[in-house]
Amino acid sequence: MDEIQKTLLEEIAGLHEIPAGAYNIRANGSTSSRNTTANIDIVTKDDKQGIDIIIKPGTKKESVHIPVILSESGITEMVYNDFHIGDDCDVTIIAGCGIHNGGERKSQHDGIHTFYIGKNAKVKYVEKHYGRGEGTGEKIMNPTTIVNIEENGHLEMETVQIKGVDSTDRITKAYLAEGASVVVNEKLMTHGNQYAKTTFEVEMNGEGSSANIISRAVAKDDSHQIFLAKIQGNNKCAGHSECDAIIMDNAKISAIPEITANHLEAELIHEAAIGKIAGEQLIKLMTLGLTEEEAEAQIVNGFLK
Amino acid sequence: MLELIDISFSVEEDGKVKEILKDINITIDDKKFVAITGPNGGGKSTLAKIIAGIEKPTAGKILFNGTDITDMSITDRAKLGISYAFQQPVRFKGIKVKDLIKLAAGEGVSVASACDYLSEVGLCARDYINRDVDGSLSGGELKRIEIATIIARNTELSVFDEPEAGIDLWSFKNLIKVFEKMHKQSEKSIIIISHQERILNIADEIIVVAAGQVKSRGTKDEILPEVLNGNTLEGCKYYND
Repeated sequence: MDEIQKTLLEEIAGLHEIPAGAYNIRANGSTSSRNTTANIDIVTKDDKQGIDIIIKPGTKKESVHIPVILSESGITEMVYNDFHIGDDCDVTIIAGCGIHNGGERKSQHDGIHTFYIGKNAKVKYVEKHYGRGEGTGEKIMNPTTIVNIEENGHLEMETVQIKGVDSTDRITKAYLAEGASVVVNEKLMTHGNQYAKTTFEVEMNGEGSSANIISRAVAKDDSHQIFLAKIQGNNKCAGHSECDAIIMDNAKISAIPEITANHLEAELIHEAAIGKIAGEQLIKLMTLGLTEEEAEAQIVNGFLK
Repeated sequence: MLELIDISFSVEEDGKVKEILKDINITIDDKKFVAITGPNGGGKSTLAKIIAGIEKPTAGKILFNGTDITDMSITDRAKLGISYAFQQPVRFKGIKVKDLIKLAAGEGVSVASACDYLSEVGLCARDYINRDVDGSLSGGELKRIEIATIIARNTELSVFDEPEAGIDLWSFKNLIKVFEKMHKQSEKSIIIISHQERILNIADEIIVVAAGQVKSRGTKDEILPEVLNGNTLEGCKYYND
């Protein structure tokens, strides 16, 4: 693995070296290294690009890293990763994609991650998307995440795209059975001429299921963001979506929340707010000795932390 | 030393010029604790903002230790040694109490000293240090954190705009102690805009600003009777009754 790939790996997965536990590192279109454990198996798909991650029921306190890095300009790939998480598991899955595009051709990673989360299982899923490189070639990532959660299962998803991705169309869908719950925390920043569309679709089908989708976004320069959150309550359930966005420069942001109750006991809330950085916030930090630019950076970093 | 020389400030409202401050001349000597009081809408808060650089005077000059700071930015004045506590503290999503105090005290401040500043204003540091400075804090809590940031800065001049506003009576007693301590222990100057008799009582000097002008200035013995009897001081009537 070269220096560029190591840097990408550190950015998206916080990895300085080979991770402990199970992992599958995909670099420039193929698996570069893999490790499985007694409880976590990783199998290459034979009909299409991608892997199956199979976690035995009852696996606790284990983690799987599955980072993807593209450091050659001009690669376009579509990857299908399926996660089969057994009943009663408590595991952390760290995905993410880093693109370094030093050339003129576009680099694109599209991935469909499908989760099958068993009964009473707890999953923490972290994905980071990051782009860099001095080339003029576009860096594109279109991640789709489909989550099926069985009775009393729980998914906590953290999804972060802070820098360097020129275009992204992110789709997250969740289907919840009785007592199942999902919490999503999204952090998104776009700059330059970037475009980001993020769509959440949650169907709460089981009694006592719940969903909480929280998105914080900052759009700078001439970038454009669209946020869509559709939450459907088909049973006694509780759903909440929140989009909080800071708009700067000449950016554009749309937030389109949609909640649908198909059951008398469905309780659904959506909140969406877009606004520029409050002048008072800048002034307060300037009275502490920060310049206007430093104050702005502090506010944006805090907001996305 | 802070010198305000012939400071005027006006705004345009519905095409008419409205004078907020007229020919204000005030000198604040080093190590002095000065209270500025007067009726609401008299121009006190504007004066504080002019000292901090948030508003620019339409006429006049401001000297700080002999340096003309009239055209200086908020940031440069802060670096030069002027602190300003907001009447209504600002909320931030994602900035923690710890972060704000670190920004105020400068890099290198330890969590332990950040905690000390919070204790100074009567907040249990453990409960607050990692909280966001956002809507989850009450007005009184925010106010005390605001004051803690000023203590942490420890600059030559600190300006407080109505520190008592939004603080309950019980906390107010402790707040008085905070200012007394600041005054006794430190060699710095303090300007407090206040309506509270108990704050005026601990000041070296009281300046009454009304209708955009300095109406009178002197020691508390000279000014307090006039203020309390003359009813120029709104908000203190309750205590007088």
